[in-house]
Amino acid sequence: MSTGTIRELDAARITDVVERLCIQANTTLPDDVRAALDVAQAEEPWPLAKETLGLLQQNLCVAKQKDLPICQDTGMACVFVELGQDVHLTGDLTDAVNEGVRRGYEKAYLRKSITADPLQRVNTGDNTPAFLTVHLVPGSGCRVTVAPKGAGSENMSRLTMLKPADGVQGVRDFVMETVRLAGANPCPPIVLGIGIGGSFDHCAALAKQALLRPLDVPNPDSYYAALERELRDAINATGFGPQGFGGATTCLGVAIEHKPTHVACLPVAVNVSCHVTRRASAEL
Amino acid sequence: MQYELTTPLSREALSPLRAGDTVLLSGIVYTARDAAHARMNEALDRGEPLPFDLRGAAIYYVGPTPERPGCAIGAAGPTTSGRMDKFTPRLLDLGLACMIGKGKRDAAVKQAVVRNGAVYLAAIGGAGALMAGSVKSCEIIAWPDLGCEAVRRLTVEQMPLTVLLDPHGGDLYESGPAAYLASL
Repeated sequence: MSTGTIRELDAARITDVVERLCIQANTTLPDDVRAALDVAQAEEPWPLAKETLGLLQQNLCVAKQKDLPICQDTGMACVFVELGQDVHLTGDLTDAVNEGVRRGYEKAYLRKSITADPLQRVNTGDNTPAFLTVHLVPGSGCRVTVAPKGAGSENMSRLTMLKPADGVQGVRDFVMETVRLAGANPCPPIVLGIGIGGSFDHCAALAKQALLRPLDVPNPDSYYAALERELRDAINATGFGPQGFGGATTCLGVAIEHKPTHVACLPVAVNVSCHVTRRASAEL
Repeated sequence: MQYELTTPLSREALSPLRAGDTVLLSGIVYTARDAAHARMNEALDRGEPLPFDLRGAAIYYVGPTPERPGCAIGAAGPTTSGRMDKFTPRLLDLGLACMIGKGKRDAAVKQAVVRNGAVYLAAIGGAGALMAGSVKSCEIIAWPDLGCEAVRRLTVEQMPLTVLLDPHGGDLYESGPAAYLASL
């Protein structure tokens, strides 16, 4: 809601919050992911899988006790800023976010995993640049989310341009094919963010956005919520299990985001994530 | 079955292992991942020595987080092994005995594992804090410019691992899910 007045916000505050969120996200799993892991471990019927899930729970405890990152791939820093359109930032947003990533990754002994050029491959040494997505929203708030993304799962992600006639079955088939191709690479039990619709680029962004939704919050549209449950159950029926060693727990959750598309298009993007699906948010 | 093994690893010591067995590994383990494998391959092309003796050696595909003062290593879970497939058969044929990582290998790697009586073991993916517990020392021995991808010599004690590919062609990624599904 516009109030007609402009709120001044010092970009240095964004640096501080990004620094803090980079550290928080890499050392503490979100409550919903932790809860999904706990439920899966309690309900897993296959002994080796139950034991493996127990090790994943133990890893979270060790990370907390020893002040270590949960996973050594502390990821690319995917940063999402929902910026109220009545906010005026003093300073440069991109610079502020990158400085926060630089400080957070250095301070907490996080791994620097970014290569400056995709082909010439020299490490930037400070995990910058961040991968920044800005959404302008009504009002004068500013919400920042940091979602570090590891490459083991990111590399298993795929996008396809289906034919409209392929319909929902085409979506199911593509998702299941993606899961089979991924196997144990993305560290199952996995989490899937799925984008359906939009243009080629928007579809990929939707899939990434879907991974920000807590696992215990279904799509508000009951049609898509049912598809989320159906896909999760189908993935668990593969029997891949934790780490691909076999078992009932292959997927902790599926989140679908959708948007309008062209009459001739049916884009589908699957952003694969792992049992360490990390995100942390703060309001400024 | 659970086996306790110490590096360097002989073909005879690895022969009893079967996919799905667990291993507690002690001794020296070298880290190498994408960039280090590319450099090792180039060194071999030029006829130059590698940073460590491959014979009986174990390579852990890992890029750890920086260690805090007073700690041997940071978080140190496995990276996806398949990215090293292109370079792996050559290393196995030169005596590499053990690879530690996660995820499927290609047919050429599987054949080279069997041909050389080697093994491919799983560390728990995404459990970097837990895996770090069995690393007692860590020293960069080559290519420090590669940062987290530099080659390190780790001393490990009872590192908990699971056999994925055994010297007889067994593959846990096939037999594990199949056994679970057959139990339903």
